Amino acid sequence: MSLLQIEGLGIDFGGVRAVNDVGFSLKPGEIVSVIGPNGAGKTTLFNMISGVYAPARGRVALDGEDVTRMPPHQLARRGLSRTFQNLQIFQSMSVLENAVAGHHLHERGSVFADLFSLPAARRRSRASEESARALLDRVGLGRAAEQEAGSLSYGALKRLEIARALALKPRVLLLDEPAAGCNAVETEEIDHLIAKVAAEGVSILLVEHDMKMVMRISNHIVVLDHGEKIAEGEPASIARDPRVIEAYLGAQAAEAQNADG
Amino acid sequence: MRLSSKATTLLILAAVIAIAPVFFPSSYYFRVGSLIFVNGLAVTGLVILIGYAGQISLGHAGFAGIGAYACALAPVHLGLHPALAAVLGAALSAAIAFLVGRPILRLKGYYLAVASLGFGILVSMVLSNEAQLTGGPDGMAVPELGLRAVLKAIGIDLSNTEFWYAFSGLVLVIGAWLALNLYHSPTGRALRALHGSEVAARTVGVDVAHYKLVAFVLSAVYASVSGSLLALQNKFITPDVAGFMHSIEMVTMAVLGGAGSMLGAILGAAILTTLPQVLTVFQEYEQLMLGLVMMLVMIFMREGLLPSIARRIRGRAE
Repeated sequence: MSLLQIEGLGIDFGGVRAVNDVGFSLKPGEIVSVIGPNGAGKTTLFNMISGVYAPARGRVALDGEDVTRMPPHQLARRGLSRTFQNLQIFQSMSVLENAVAGHHLHERGSVFADLFSLPAARRRSRASEESARALLDRVGLGRAAEQEAGSLSYGALKRLEIARALALKPRVLLLDEPAAGCNAVETEEIDHLIAKVAAEGVSILLVEHDMKMVMRISNHIVVLDHGEKIAEGEPASIARDPRVIEAYLGAQAAEAQNADG
Repeated sequence: MRLSSKATTLLILAAVIAIAPVFFPSSYYFRVGSLIFVNGLAVTGLVILIGYAGQISLGHAGFAGIGAYACALAPVHLGLHPALAAVLGAALSAAIAFLVGRPILRLKGYYLAVASLGFGILVSMVLSNEAQLTGGPDGMAVPELGLRAVLKAIGIDLSNTEFWYAFSGLVLVIGAWLALNLYHSPTGRALRALHGSEVAARTVGVDVAHYKLVAFVLSAVYASVSGSLLALQNKFITPDVAGFMHSIEMVTMAVLGGAGSMLGAILGAAILTTLPQVLTVFQEYEQLMLGLVMMLVMIFMREGLLPSIARRIRGRAE
C-alpha cells in the first residue's frame, strides 16, 4: 500500500504548462528521487505536493486521504514535511531555536500558559529543546547549537533544515537538493543520514543533482523533462534508458555549444 | 536581534524605574516618567506584533482610545469601578482586534497596515462625533482610580505624580515580563518563525494566519491598557488619544529604539516622550529636528538604536 500517491498532477504559469500529468507513488521507507535537467519542474512538483502551490490538475493522496490543495500546515499535521532548495532558515534565531521551532506541532499549547510561563509551557519548551539537541547531534551540528543560524555555512544550513524537518517526526519527507553546496565528505554524511531515516520507515522524496548519490540511495527514480514524466524505474534501468540519456545529453550538448559560442 | 536573557532585561528595567527618582529635581519628572511608562507599555505590545511577528499596524491608537474611553464611560453608564472598566476596555479591544484582524491576516502583504490605519481613524472619528456620549473634541472627565487612597489608608502616602510613576512603572514591568515569557515560549517561537520565513513556518505546521491574529490581539490589549492608564492618571481624555498621530508615534517609538529588543523599544518610548521637551530650544524647528533625528537613526542604525549600538560594542570586543 502506498503512503503517498500522486496522480496526473499539473500546474500552469501564465499559460505555460510548468508541470503536466505527473504521477507516481511512495511506499513507507522508500526513497524515490525526482531527476531531470534544470527547469524540468522538479521544485514546482515539490511545491504542489507540499501545498505551497495549488495544482490546477490532478490529485495528491496521503495514506489514502485526498490532500490536494491542502495548506502546508495541515499537511505537516498529517506527517508531511520538507526542506527547500533556496534555504528557508529562521535567520534571527539561533541554530538550536531553528531546530526547536520544528517541534511546533508537538509543543504548541495555550497562549495563556506561554504568557505566564506556566510549568506546562516550560515543560513543553524543555522537551522540544532536548529533542532538538539530539537532532542537531544527528546532523552533525551539535556543537553549533548556540550560534546564530545566519553564521553557518551553506552546507550546514542544508543540514539544519533537515534537522528542523525531522523534528516533526514526519511520515513523508521531501528533500529539495539536500547535498547542494556540500563537499564530498558532507554529501556522504547526508547520504547516510537519508538512508538511516528511510530505514526507520519514513518515505523520502528527493530532488538532487548529484547523480552518484541518486543512483546509490534511490529505490526508484522518476525522470522529468519539460514538466512531463519521461521515465520511471529502478536506478539501473533509468541509467540505460535512451530517453533519459537524450534529455541529459541533449542538455549537455546544448551547454557545450553555448560554452563554445 | 536576539534579546538578552529574560532576567537581565527585567532587572535592568526594574532597576532604572526604581533608581531614577533619586535624580529627579522636581515632581514634574515623575509625571514625565509615568508618561514614558504608559507609552512604553503600548510599545511593548508593538514589539510582539512588529518585533516578534513582523507585522505592522498603523491604527493601534484606536485600541488606546477604546481603553481610555472605557475608563471614562463605563463607571458613569454601567457603574463599574474604573479598574474593572479598564479590564472591560481590554476585553473589548481584544474582541475588536479579533474581528478586524481575522479576515485581513489571512492575506499576505501590507493589508494589515492599511486596514488598521482605517480602523484607527474610524475610532477617533466616532469619539469626536458622538459628542453627547464622549463630549466630542473637548473630551471628558475620567473618575479617580482610588488606589492611592487605599495605599494611604495602609500607611503608604504618595503624592499623585509619585503614585502614577510607581503604578505605571509596575504595570510596564509586568507587561514586559509577560512579553518576554512569550518570546521564549512555543507561541513566541511560532511568531518569530513566521517572521523569519512564512513558507518554512507553514511547513513545520505553524498556522500562520492564526498566530498573526494572536500577535495582533495581544498587542491591542497592551495598547488598550496603556490608554486606560493615560486616562486614569490625567483624569481627563480627548479623542487625540485615538488619533492617527498617536498611532504613528507608537510605531516610531518601537522602530526607533529597536523593535527586536524589548529594552530598545522602551528606550525609544523614553526618547520620543522626552525629546519634544528637549527640542523646544529649537523653537519652531522642533518638528524638523525630530524628523531629522528619526531619519538619521533609520539610515545609520537600521535595527534601531539599542540593537545597533549593542552590535557595535560587541563587534569591538571581539
